[in-house]
Amino acid sequence: MTPQQIIFLIIATVTLTSALIVVTDKNLFHAALAMMASFFGVAGMYVLLEAGFLAAAQLLVYIGAISILIIFAIMMTRRLMQSTESPFNSQSGSGLVAAVITFIGLFFVIIVAWPDADFPGAPEVSAEVLRGGVAQLGVALVSPNAYVVPFEVASVLLLAALVGSIFIAWPEKKE
Amino acid sequence: MSSIPLSWYLIVAAFLFCIGLYGVMARRNAVAILMSVELMLNAVNINLVAFWRYLNPEQQVGIVWAIFVLTVAAAEAAVGLALIISVYRNRDSVVAEELDTLKY
Repeated sequence: MTPQQIIFLIIATVTLTSALIVVTDKNLFHAALAMMASFFGVAGMYVLLEAGFLAAAQLLVYIGAISILIIFAIMMTRRLMQSTESPFNSQSGSGLVAAVITFIGLFFVIIVAWPDADFPGAPEVSAEVLRGGVAQLGVALVSPNAYVVPFEVASVLLLAALVGSIFIAWPEKKE
Repeated sequence: MSSIPLSWYLIVAAFLFCIGLYGVMARRNAVAILMSVELMLNAVNINLVAFWRYLNPEQQVGIVWAIFVLTVAAAEAAVGLALIISVYRNRDSVVAEELDTLKY
């Protein structure tokens, strides 16, 4: 066991345990807090994968924005959350079976297609390449030869989504 | 430097994806379903970044993909929560099973 492996196992345990709390906890507010912990674990995984920019984006977008949006939505619909009835619907049994079968299938695909012997660790990359990655990413996002069109389309999508959600959530005028 | 096998990341991502899948299928509350969808999107992002780091770290394509997934997730959360609030205002319920007007 190397230190990296131990850190990875700790992060993975935190991520997966809090993800399990998200889908099972009766109290939605606790589920939202566990979801933030899970996002934090995923950000830790990005750090282990040496994707620093993405880790920062994960913290800002997921923990900073999406979690807060979800907590607001939970508070605005809170009156119904106090009920003591089950948080699961009638098909939760078959849902569990389907999820377990999907995991077993994915597990065997991963074991067969990407064996540990072939990918024992991340390839060595010089510190310059990793540090230059963010600058390269910034250039790629606005370069006509790279990703400027998807970048602009994503901007339009975000704008449309935000205008649309304001329109949808706007209170109706009572005549 | 890093001695973590690629499959570890993939298995964690697969497990996270299946937890989210179970949440989407089993939870009654629409907000909880949306939270489970966010977990699934995160699992996909772990996969994208892991493959980027292990197979093609010189190119930025994996990171760019992950950023677009992040963007779409933000848009999806905004629209989804607006819909939930609108539904709550009109129907006084956020239980997905009770939103069945289109069925009849």
